[in-house]
Amino acid sequence: MHELSLAERVIGIVEGAARKAGARRVTRIALAIGALAHVEAETLQYCCEVVSRGTLAEGARIEVERTPGRAWCETCLAEVDLEQVGMPCTTCGGFRLKVTDGDQMRVVDVVIEPGAPA
Amino acid sequence: MCVTCGCGGGEAHIDGHGMRYARPRRAVATPPAAASFRPAHGTLDARHAPGTSEAQILRIEQDILSDNDTQANANRSRFLARGLFVLNFVSSPGSGKTTLLVDTIRRWGTRSPVAVVEGDQQTAFDAERIRATGAAAVQINTGKGCHLDAHMVAQAADQLAEQAQLPSDGLLLIENVGNLVCPAAFDLGEAHKVVILSVTEGEDKPLKYPDMFRAADLLLISKIDLLPHLDFDVDLAVRYARQVRPDLPVIQLSTRSGEGCEAWLDWLAAGVAAVTKAPAA
Ligand SMILES: Nc1nc2c(ncn2[C@@H]2O[C@H](COP(=O)(O)OP(=O)(O)O)[C@@H](O)[C@H]2O)c(=O)[nH]1
Ligand SMILES: [Mg+2]
Ligand SMILES: [Zn+2]
Ligand SMILES: [Zn+2]
Ligand SMILES: [Zn+2]
Repeated sequence: MHELSLAERVIGIVEGAARKAGARRVTRIALAIGALAHVEAETLQYCCEVVSRGTLAEGARIEVERTPGRAWCETCLAEVDLEQVGMPCTTCGGFRLKVTDGDQMRVVDVVIEPGAPA
Repeated sequence: MCVTCGCGGGEAHIDGHGMRYARPRRAVATPPAAASFRPAHGTLDARHAPGTSEAQILRIEQDILSDNDTQANANRSRFLARGLFVLNFVSSPGSGKTTLLVDTIRRWGTRSPVAVVEGDQQTAFDAERIRATGAAAVQINTGKGCHLDAHMVAQAADQLAEQAQLPSDGLLLIENVGNLVCPAAFDLGEAHKVVILSVTEGEDKPLKYPDMFRAADLLLISKIDLLPHLDFDVDLAVRYARQVRPDLPVIQLSTRSGEGCEAWLDWLAAGVAAVTKAPAA
């Protein structure tokens, strides 16, 4: 997965929002990364820290919330937990699954210190 | 930087010229400060505004890939309005993408116009192979980047349009960078991702790279002329692919022997017919 390219987007989104709010700096970034998302969450976190250098978000703490994977099983006609794409339904053992949750990659919110640099 | 393929952000180029959009500058990697994971549904103590008393929480709630997805949707509307059937070919390096495109263009003949967007980290070799068939081709070089994104494809389409080579009522075939991981996340505005698995690779690729097979709408099993010399189990590969993507359609083919190419051309023709008919109303 292309974590560095995603991290550049994260910092772009964060800086854009922080500037618009007139922030002096960003001290914390919260991301929601589903368990089934197409990304290595720890690598993304690390890349965000690297990419943030020299930006308003330099030094910000990056927090990653992992949302669990869920899928609709066409056999059980029920929503079930799914740990990884390619694993069977935990109830019936079948593979007729459609991911319903846990594949998101989102910037949730940030903590900013308002005001222009003193 | 990319753990899987070692890719970095890099500077993309189209037919040797720099892209018109800038990427943020990056610093050199050193180990990060303490990082923290927090469980889902846990409370974020930042809501109590730690650190300085003036700290504020700014809600953002934006998908990380929203800029790409917005551009991809714009591409899709543009392509549909022109009656263009657009495919995004993804596979490991060497699975036979370029060979298949060259062969497909030859077999397709004059049924409808075809143009190609070629993605590789370096060289214009593949675009040259396409142009040798007489079809229009634009080469995107991603540099250290390991996948195409929707902005690159928009600019490649602009370039084709400037040269009066962007077809209407025809085919636009996009060969992505050879990589079964990164391109899965990036919508380019295509009608379908087509994943190619050659019989010289392992049957277990669909389970090793499930995100790509889940994102695909067609699996082409390529180089089947080599099957007699190998112990590749086609049924097993198909079964694994359908574990991650139930009902995934499969066409087995060989550009060498021509076997299966007719079924592939029929699939293409059906797709072209569907998009060229749709906007007529
Ligand atoms: N035997 C055989 N070899 C093929 C076939 N299609 C492609 N190849 C070979 O596979 C190699 C890689 O092909 P290429 O199209 O460059 O792969 P790409 O990296 O996916 O674009 C070349 O040496 C091709 O000649 C096929 O149907 N049968
Ligand atoms: Mg190629
Ligand atoms: Zn990657
Ligand atoms: Zn990569
Ligand atoms: Zn089930």
